[in-house]
Amino acid sequence: MKLVSLLVTLLLGALLLTAAADFPSWGDPHSPASLHVSDYYIENSLEQTAVPNFVTSILADYRGYDTMFETTVIFCAGLTVLTLLRRSHRKEKKVVTPRPNREDQDLILTSAARMIAPMMQIFALYVVAHGHHSPGGGFQGGVILGASFILLALSYDLQTVLGRLKERVALIMSGIGVAIYAGIGAGCLLLGGNFLDYGVWSKVLGVFGVTPVTARSHGMLGVEIGVAITVMYIMFSLYADLSSGGEMDEGL
Amino acid sequence: MNLDPGLLWQFDFLIIPMVIICAVAALTFRDLITSAVVFGAYSFFMCLLWTEMLAVDVAFTEAAVGAGVSTVLFLGTALHIKRRAKD
Repeated sequence: MKLVSLLVTLLLGALLLTAAADFPSWGDPHSPASLHVSDYYIENSLEQTAVPNFVTSILADYRGYDTMFETTVIFCAGLTVLTLLRRSHRKEKKVVTPRPNREDQDLILTSAARMIAPMMQIFALYVVAHGHHSPGGGFQGGVILGASFILLALSYDLQTVLGRLKERVALIMSGIGVAIYAGIGAGCLLLGGNFLDYGVWSKVLGVFGVTPVTARSHGMLGVEIGVAITVMYIMFSLYADLSSGGEMDEGL
Repeated sequence: MNLDPGLLWQFDFLIIPMVIICAVAALTFRDLITSAVVFGAYSFFMCLLWTEMLAVDVAFTEAAVGAGVSTVLFLGTALHIKRRAKD
């Protein structure tokens, strides 16, 4: 049986490699995938949205609907893990106390984590805010923010971090992140534009000198902040559920 | 972008074999924790590969999600289940 599967795999691999030889060469501007809309985005996205990094402007503006539901998918994934794993101690009245003098809580580890975590958070905020001009954006920034809390939970214990970042707050905030995204989109409907057509926000923000073009840039920033909030809290709640087996007691 | 991708093809000889080695190794190891760490290394080499192809946004995501958080999530899960795979 193993021989058969090896043969099938080798045949399939050979077939794929032969097919790969017919692909257009890497970075070919005349490849079929780059012929339809790529030129339009490359030439017009800076004038239309005032965002130099057109990866961000495509993700958050031209294809904003996709990104909104990607955020929703992450939110749903977090909810799914929570419903599958979370076990409540409310009936058993089990008291979970943090362990301040844990022997394996290494001094070097905890002090290093204390110093690294704020740096990570500042960097994450930079990644979120600077996603218009450089690689990055809400998703990556949110993951780094969540990772800083995971680092603290790894080096101290889960209870220490859960004392500062309540589970209930994490859930509510991750919902709020999606709501910010959808709310910015729905605001465009109220202002007479299409859903997620941020340009119409200049009707409200015009008093601050925001033109329809820069309104799209600001709309993207707002949306990225929503994504970052959702991703950050979901990443931490995923870690908390998985590492404690849903008990929320000690973590790793 | 004034960086000529033609100058970077030499990195392929280093990165692509490492990607393949890490992918095979992650499947071969019986110990799930070793597998998780090797899978993190795989993500890191994929991140280098994306960077080499000038897809920096994708590389950033791969580094943060693939090499960073998902490795920790795999480790956290592997410590709570049977540590050794059967096949």
